[in-house]
Amino acid sequence: MIAFLIKRLFHAFLVMFIISVISFAIQDNLGDPIQQMVGQSVPDSERAELREELGLNDPFMVQYLRFAKNAMHFDFGYSYFYGEPTIEVVLRHLPATLELVFATTVLIMLFSVPIGVYSAIKPRSPLSRLFMGVSIVGISIPVFLTAIVLIQIFAIGVQFTPFPVDTGWGSWLNGLLSTDGGMPAYGRGDVVHVVGTWSTNFASLEGLSYLVLPSISLASIMLPLFIRLIRAEMLEVLQSDYVKFAKAKGISMRRIYFVHALKNTMLPVITVGGVQIGTLVAYTILTETVFQWPGVGLMFLDAIERSDIPLIVTYLMIVGLIFVITNTLVDLIYGLVNPTVKLTGKPA
Amino acid sequence: MTIAPTSSSTTSPSSRWARFRSSYLLYSFKRDWIAQVCFAVFVLLVAAAILAPWLASMNPYDLAQIRILDSELPPFWIDGSDPQYLLGTDAQGRDLLSTILYGARVSLIIGFGAVMLQALLGVTFGLLAGYLGGRVDAFLMRMADIQLSFSTLMVAIIVGAVIKATFGGAVYSEYAVFILVLIIGLAEWPQYARTVRASVLAERSKEYVDAARVMGFRAKRIMFRHILPNTLSPIFVISTVQIANAIISEAALSFLGLGMPETQPSLGSLIKSGFDYLQSGSWWITLIPGAVLIVLVLVINLLGDWLRDVMNPRLYKG
Repeated sequence: MIAFLIKRLFHAFLVMFIISVISFAIQDNLGDPIQQMVGQSVPDSERAELREELGLNDPFMVQYLRFAKNAMHFDFGYSYFYGEPTIEVVLRHLPATLELVFATTVLIMLFSVPIGVYSAIKPRSPLSRLFMGVSIVGISIPVFLTAIVLIQIFAIGVQFTPFPVDTGWGSWLNGLLSTDGGMPAYGRGDVVHVVGTWSTNFASLEGLSYLVLPSISLASIMLPLFIRLIRAEMLEVLQSDYVKFAKAKGISMRRIYFVHALKNTMLPVITVGGVQIGTLVAYTILTETVFQWPGVGLMFLDAIERSDIPLIVTYLMIVGLIFVITNTLVDLIYGLVNPTVKLTGKPA
Repeated sequence: MTIAPTSSSTTSPSSRWARFRSSYLLYSFKRDWIAQVCFAVFVLLVAAAILAPWLASMNPYDLAQIRILDSELPPFWIDGSDPQYLLGTDAQGRDLLSTILYGARVSLIIGFGAVMLQALLGVTFGLLAGYLGGRVDAFLMRMADIQLSFSTLMVAIIVGAVIKATFGGAVYSEYAVFILVLIIGLAEWPQYARTVRASVLAERSKEYVDAARVMGFRAKRIMFRHILPNTLSPIFVISTVQIANAIISEAALSFLGLGMPETQPSLGSLIKSGFDYLQSGSWWITLIPGAVLIVLVLVINLLGDWLRDVMNPRLYKG
């Protein structure tokens, strides 16, 4: 176990090292800090002096080591746009994204397990076929398009009038097809301050209503993936010898499905889930753009628009760190719960 | 004529057409109506996109043909529409049907281009990693792991952002097609590399490879002439899904402003430019191109699913 732990940690450090080199290369090659610090009227000689003073003429390695040392203290310099330390800007925007990701994860867990298990237990039932059909449609709809459609239906409202309006039954049917809209679809609304930079949407019903559309959009892209994965793994597990043996022993099917089979189904789901966190972070950029959700994704996109290099670099490092920590944790948990994994070698 | 014409069409194994006609692929295609419908829709969309300059009533790239007074006209089934514009017009007065045809063309070009680049990189690296093994394998697969742990879309967004910050917005939009092919190609090669490597590992220990090696063929010849043809069916299957993914990635990048400019729109940038007018009630500018995008990606995904079932390649895990 210790060897496995060390190997994983080494891997994590290697990845962080690569990310930091890439981030530094971006910072080094793009944007001129001198340009940002001084005005047009400052003569070249003073610029050169400042350049020397800031150590911008040092060799690449020296500059990289300085960057890495500062990064260890989460010091990434000042944002061009906000004029304050970038880490503070990121920390201010991070809670919004984390709350969105949390709400999405809850939705995914609530729906993917029952649906996935059901369609594995009854693969031929019409309901399973419907779930599978809907899930491939779900995979095919880009997350920002789901968001736009949800906004149109639930925030703006849709008026369909295919039936005659002047009759009672006609307007009733029209009412069924139409929606009033009115769901909030812009920003976070009123948030309740908790501690530090963390304000939450979970404290009030009004705050929760702002989470509904963004989290459903974000969940819509991951949910089909998890449903298909759980179904596939469960189908495989149900073919295995120990399930057949349990059946032969006369254990109730309910117990076999939910105690014996589900446990082993969830193992691969943990690993895939960990990897998917990366995808989820990428999709928050899209979701936050559509809903103007003031999280790190929107902040990152604005930073690109404004060529705010220090902020871009800070985002890369922080998101990279989150990826590396979650991936390492997932690997370790997987190693702990699955005794068949070869601890020193590659996970099976 | 020495060969009887009746027997040549059924028994001759040399004719590719005959082999195709008696193949399991065609047999199951004939029995699967979903696959037929998807294939028909896909061919229709591709044909419409290729023939866009002849089908479209106006050229959306030509500023002289655009009448700004006709902007935001609704599609034909809504009051206030102009029969000249079947699906209405966008905010700049461009005929929506024409822009969609041209947009689908751009999306498909980028989709296919990116997948070709991915396949080129992925197949080469996968063959090298699987056949040579050792340090090459460890290095390439570690790279693929790291890149995949970041998710392909994330990598694409970061690379796009860096290119945009380096060269500026004007250069970026001028060469957007090439840049997008490059970005999406670079972001997704690990998918191919992993699949190919897994199949190569399975093929490498087979006798025909040993035989080729004993005959003294060079590694390059064995890799590309002997092993590669035997790994084609998994490559073929993932290629379908990858095209759908590439089209979605392109749309996502365009939606974020890191893709095609509005003057040369793809489906993604059409959706983006229409999104600003959603609140004012002009839903068609964004939702009609959106529907086309969904249908395009959906039929490709369904065809991919069908291919996976029919060819049943052993998509090795790992």
